[in-house]
Amino acid sequence: MNRCSAILLGLAVAVAPLMAQTSAVQIPKTVSAGSSFSIGTTGSGDATLYIVGPGGAFERKVQLGNQVEFGPSDITTAGHYSVFVVSSSSTESAQFDVVASSAPASISFLAKPSRLPVSLHNGISGVAYVFDIYRNLILQPTPVTFQLSSAEHTPQSRTETTRDGVAWIKLDSPASAGSTQFDATAGDVIAKRVIEDVPGEACNLKMSAHGSGQRIVLQTEPVRDCSGNAVPDGTVVTFTETYNGEETTADVPLKRGIATTDMPLHAGAVISVAAGVATGNEVRWGAGQ
Amino acid sequence: MTPILKKTFLFVFGLSLFAVPAFAQVNVRVESSSVGPRDLEAQTGSSVVRDYLEAWQGMSRAMQGNQPSLLDADFVGVAKEKLANAILQQRQIGVQTLYKDESHDIKLVFYSPEGLSIQLVDDVAYEVTITDSQKLAATQHVRARYVAVLSPTESRWKVRILQAEAQ
Repeated sequence: MNRCSAILLGLAVAVAPLMAQTSAVQIPKTVSAGSSFSIGTTGSGDATLYIVGPGGAFERKVQLGNQVEFGPSDITTAGHYSVFVVSSSSTESAQFDVVASSAPASISFLAKPSRLPVSLHNGISGVAYVFDIYRNLILQPTPVTFQLSSAEHTPQSRTETTRDGVAWIKLDSPASAGSTQFDATAGDVIAKRVIEDVPGEACNLKMSAHGSGQRIVLQTEPVRDCSGNAVPDGTVVTFTETYNGEETTADVPLKRGIATTDMPLHAGAVISVAAGVATGNEVRWGAGQ
Repeated sequence: MTPILKKTFLFVFGLSLFAVPAFAQVNVRVESSSVGPRDLEAQTGSSVVRDYLEAWQGMSRAMQGNQPSLLDADFVGVAKEKLANAILQQRQIGVQTLYKDESHDIKLVFYSPEGLSIQLVDDVAYEVTITDSQKLAATQHVRARYVAVLSPTESRWKVRILQAEAQ
């Protein structure tokens, strides 16, 4: 074998894997969705070329020996396709794949939950599926940047690379209550969601008491969560008075951040306060008060 | 890895094995050891695999009968729209296709944190036969890797994305 022949043989070996071919059908092994390509046939005479797959079905009348051209708009759905070239005397077949184009065009972004307490570790999750312009899942690794931002705090941002078309993240909810924007960005495409961060459970609950005739008036300080956010009005605060082995309770919703009520005045009574999982201080009402 | 069992769906979840009744002569092997980030209960895993395999049967019936409505039970979203479009194209050119799956090597790869999507990769072997009302009947054996995303619906998991990956 001379040097020229060796080079030609080398080229043939290098090119062969790029084409899915039989004796009568030559076709690229992979085609990008929405791109032009051609299928080569050999022989002579009339035939019908079929391309079928879960992504579509196509038919062309062909003259064997000619190239069959497909335009950018012909096959846009990614997937595996079977090719059959059927003539009066034979049927030849081949296979090829159509792959998503690499440019992201849309993101299916699932952000959960839409409302959650502040300062919750890994409380927010985001899942992003990245698609091309033809709504094919882009399976090649693609960076997706997740960002959590609001007016009150420094944005949290992290980039994850898709694996089999999906990227995901878990983030802590911010410490301050309010609306937070949660974005996923791939290429030039951005998907936005809004998450409402609400105050957490009451924290450091404190009440004061003073007598008023035969009643004792109870009032909390403004109720806040552990991050200092005001717990929303309507949150129920429970006052419990224990006297002579009997309990009297009063459930009071917060109004303007404060809960207030009155209970029967008994010397020696013990009064406690609680909201959700938080318990506050106790007041022991003395005989001389 | 447990060997493939003929005529039986064998599911491998970690070290535990369990079988569910076979409804077709399909070799199935499942691996879920690397799925996450959400923990996958064995019962959920078996439901996902069962519904995914049934989706292949549903797709085959729909493509063979050229009836997009047969996709309703197993597919939603983009997968359903694209398959329905393929069926309409088959109708237009007057052909049907029969997809006969022979084996599935399924790997559950992603279960979303909130439990609203699960993704699998399936090295599947199947035969595709194209027919028309005339004489045409040609069959091709295919080995392909499919990526599928399933979402829970009222009563079952449905396939939202079904897409072959170039090999």
